Amino acid sequence: MSVLKKTFHINKKDFIHAGEASIKIKNLLKSLNTDPKLIRRVAVCGYEGEMNVVMHGGEGFLNIQINTGKILLNISDDGPGIEDIERAMEKGFSTALDKYREMGFGAGMGLPNMKENSDHFTIESEKNRGTRVGMVFFR
Amino acid sequence: MIVKELTDQLELQIAAGEKGLSREVLDGYCGDLLSDVMGRAPEGCIWLTVQGHQNILAIAVLREMAAIIIVGGHTPDEDTRQKADEEGIPILLWPKSAFELAGRLWAIIGKK
Repeated sequence: MSVLKKTFHINKKDFIHAGEASIKIKNLLKSLNTDPKLIRRVAVCGYEGEMNVVMHGGEGFLNIQINTGKILLNISDDGPGIEDIERAMEKGFSTALDKYREMGFGAGMGLPNMKENSDHFTIESEKNRGTRVGMVFFR
Repeated sequence: MIVKELTDQLELQIAAGEKGLSREVLDGYCGDLLSDVMGRAPEGCIWLTVQGHQNILAIAVLREMAAIIIVGGHTPDEDTRQKADEEGIPILLWPKSAFELAGRLWAIIGKK
């Protein structure tokens, strides 16, 4: 199988289209006969990443690269960045605004869910310099 | 059991997504925190929530749910109804508490 790459744009505060990139990725992986458990893991990570960018980030991109042996998922944004990454990775810690919490977001599980559902997880961020999350899934 | 049979048995109101009424219900899940639902809801489940905004549809599609039941007299937004019709995921309404409905669902589809 050749390498397949796709990029999706994520708009700031766009709750209407949030999740659509992950649904497209899920359908794409399904059409490639990917193991359903792996599809679910990638979909969870994609969705959490999209929501993070929509709620906290600026403009963002979700990139997926599907190789024979692995899937790479990278999500980046040019938002305000994360001041304390260690705290952001703690389950239950969230900086989401009340209006997002009322919608059921901001449980402080987004980044931990992404880490748990991927085989390799990296996060890079600096105040005012955006955030980049990279995940690898072995097939 | 399919969504239509449960809808009839429990007298649930159908708010949207009628073309998905033949989806099979394999399990159930209750939750209003979307990350929790996204991380844990089982495939083919019927999901009980108070959330009525359209992001619930993305969760239901990604987790391959059978249907969503909005409980406690809450109602879906118009955008949510539209998206449910597009995706063919039924949105059902239950006027009383999730607790009572979950108990009744457990008696019908519950499993160890």
